[in-house]
Amino acid sequence: MATTPTFERRSVLQLAGAAALGTFAAPAIVRAQSEAIRIGHLTPLTGFLGPLGEYAQMGVQLAVDEINESGGVMDRPVELIMEDSVNPQTASTKAQRLTERDGVACIVGEISSASGLAIAEVAGRNRTIFINTGCNSDALRGSSCNRYMFHIEAANSMYVKSAGRALLRDGLVKDKRWFSLTADYAFGHDLLKVAKRFMSQHGGEFAADELVATDVNDFSPYILKIRQERPDLVISNLAGNQITNFIKQYKEYELPFPIAGFGFDTVLAWGAGADAMQGTWPCVWYHTIETPSSKAFTEAFTQRWNKPPDNQAWGDYNATKILAQAMEDTGSTSSDDLVEHLQKGAEFDVMKDRPGRFRDWDHQMVMEMYTMTPKAPAEMADRWDLMRIGEAVPAPDEDLDILAPTLEENACTFA
Amino acid sequence: MEAVFILEQVLNGLLVGSYYLLIALGLSLIFSLGGIVNLSHGAFYAIGAYLGVEIANRFGFAAAFVASPVLVALIGLAVERFLFRRFYREDPILSLLLTFGMAMVIEQAIRMIWGAAPIPFGIPSWLTGVLFVGDFIYPYYRLAMLAVAALCVIGIWLLLNRTAFGKIVKAGVQDPDMVGVLGIPLAPVMGAMVGLGLGLAALAGVMLAPITGIHPAMGSQIIIAAFVVVVIGGLGSFWGVVLAACLVGVVRGLAVYFVPPAAEASMYLLMVLVLLLRPRGLLGERFKRLEA
Repeated sequence: MATTPTFERRSVLQLAGAAALGTFAAPAIVRAQSEAIRIGHLTPLTGFLGPLGEYAQMGVQLAVDEINESGGVMDRPVELIMEDSVNPQTASTKAQRLTERDGVACIVGEISSASGLAIAEVAGRNRTIFINTGCNSDALRGSSCNRYMFHIEAANSMYVKSAGRALLRDGLVKDKRWFSLTADYAFGHDLLKVAKRFMSQHGGEFAADELVATDVNDFSPYILKIRQERPDLVISNLAGNQITNFIKQYKEYELPFPIAGFGFDTVLAWGAGADAMQGTWPCVWYHTIETPSSKAFTEAFTQRWNKPPDNQAWGDYNATKILAQAMEDTGSTSSDDLVEHLQKGAEFDVMKDRPGRFRDWDHQMVMEMYTMTPKAPAEMADRWDLMRIGEAVPAPDEDLDILAPTLEENACTFA
Repeated sequence: MEAVFILEQVLNGLLVGSYYLLIALGLSLIFSLGGIVNLSHGAFYAIGAYLGVEIANRFGFAAAFVASPVLVALIGLAVERFLFRRFYREDPILSLLLTFGMAMVIEQAIRMIWGAAPIPFGIPSWLTGVLFVGDFIYPYYRLAMLAVAALCVIGIWLLLNRTAFGKIVKAGVQDPDMVGVLGIPLAPVMGAMVGLGLGLAALAGVMLAPITGIHPAMGSQIIIAAFVVVVIGGLGSFWGVVLAACLVGVVRGLAVYFVPPAAEASMYLLMVLVLLLRPRGLLGERFKRLEA
C-alpha cells in the first residue's frame, strides 16, 4: 500500500472497514502483562455451533485462571486472547493475526471442521502449535493432517465405533436396516462415510441415507418418510441445533423405531429437555464421570459459571492444561519442542480412568469414550443430570488405539 | 402404495403450511401498511418463544400462549411509536437497515440474557399424542397449530373486512395521503397493526417453541422462509400469504419424498418460478405508491 501513491476507492473502503472492525472486534484480553505467555483461542460464537462456542470460552477461561492462580507457566503469567472465529475465512484471518501480530505461543479451540482446517493451514505455515478441541472430521487427521495440529476432540471414527459397539451389543447392526439423516456439510459427509464403512463391516444395510440442510427447522416430512420405510434403527448424523429440532419432533410423532446418533454434544441434549430426549449417543466426556479430576473440574466450573460443564468446555479446558503442562515439562514455549514432546506419547489426565495420549502419526488423542442414554425422569438429580453414562470403551484390557481411524482408513503424512 | 405416501406428504405439507403461515402473516401485515420490510420479525418470533418459556415454566402453557403475544404486541406499539414511525416516508433502505440492526441487537440481547445454549421446552402433556386417520399420522400438537393458524386467518380477515378499523387500514394501504386529507389519523392504526404483526410473530414463537430448538439464532433461521412465503404470495396480499404457506409446505414435503437433498432449495426454486411467471407474486395487488 505504502508504495502506491493513489489509493483505489475500494481499497480505502476496505481499509476503513477493517479499521472499524478492528475497533469493535477488539480481542478480549483477559490479562495483559509483559513476558506473559499468550494463548490464542478461536471458536464460533454465532451460527448453529454458537451454543457450543459459549461453553468452549468458559472452559478455556477457567483453565487460564487456574493456571495463573497457581503461579503461571514457568513462573510466567498466561494471557488469553479469545475471538469469535465466525467462518473459515474469518478464522483464517484471525489465526494469522494471532500468530503474526500477537505472537501467541499456541492456538486452542474451534468446532467447525471447515474452520479448523483454515486455522491449521495458518498454524502450519507459521509453525505454531494448534490443539483442535471440537472438529470431528476424520479428514483433518488424514488427508488434511498437519504436523502442528493436535486433536483432543475425538475423530468421527471414534464416535462411530463407540456408539457402534453399543448398537452391536443391542443387536441393531447385523442384517438390520438403518435410516440415516446426515448434516449436509463437510462434517456430516465425513461422518456418513465412516458410518457406512462401519455398517458394511458388520453386515448391516442402509434403508436410506438423507442429506439434511443445516437450516432445517421442520423435520416432519423426513419423519413421515422414516415411518414409510420402517427401518430397524434411525441414525442421526446431524449437527448442532438440527439435533435438538429432530429429537423434539421425532418424539412428537411417537414412532416405534429406536434412534441413535454418531455425533452429539450434551448442550443439545440439555436443549431438547428431559421430555424429548431419547436414543443412544456417543460422548467424549460427561460431567457425572466420577474420577477425581472430573469431579474437581465440574465443581470449579459450576462454581464459576453457575452450571455444569459440557463436553466442549471439557475439550478447551483440557487442551489448555495440556499445553501448560507440556511447556512446564519441556521448559520451552517453542512450538517445535512442544510438538516433539506431545508426539513422543506423553500421557495426560483427561478426567477418565485411563490417561490419554496423542498418537505420533496423526496427532489424534486416543482415550476412553462413552455412550449415553437418557435417564428416567425420576432418576435425574437436576436438569443437567439427563444422561446415563455407559461403560468406558475401549474396555480396561483393550488397547486405547482401537477406536481411532487406522492408517489404512485414514492415512496421514506430515509434509 | 406410493400414491398413498405422496398423498400423506401433501396433507402433511398443508399442515406444515400453518407453521409457515403463523410466521409470515405478521410480516405481510406490517409491510402492506407501512411499507416496512421488517427484517427483525424473526427476532420478535424468538422473543415470543423465550418469553413463552419463562411464562409457561411459572404459569403453564396456556398462560404463555396468551401472555407472550400480548407482551410482544405491547413492545410492538413502542417500536412503532419510537422507531418505525420515522421511516414510513423515507427511502426503504433506511428501514431495512433499522430492522436489520434491530434483529442483531435483539439476538445478541437474548444471548446475553439466556445464554447461547438452547433451552429445553416440551409439548404440554395435554397436547401430546397422535391421531391416526386411517394409516395417516397427525400429532395433536400440529393439529392445534393448524387450528390456531386458521383462527388467526379468520380473525384478521374479519378485522380487515368487517370493521371500520379494517376499512381505514385498507384505505391507508392504497393511499395514506388521501386518508390523511379526509381527516382520519393513521398513526394509531399503524401502531395497532405493528403491534398485531409482532404479536403474531410472538404467537408463532410460542407455538413452535415446543417442537424446535430455542436458541438465540432461531429468529434469523426462520426469517428467510417467512420472506419467501410473503414474496411467493405477493407482497401485501392476505390470501396470497395463506396460499403460499400451504404451497411451500406441500412442495417441501414432496421434495423430501422425491429429491431429499434439494428439499430446502425447493421453496427458493418455487419463488424463482413464481417471480418469473408473475413478478408481483401469486395474488399480489398493485400498489399505487410502490409503482411508478
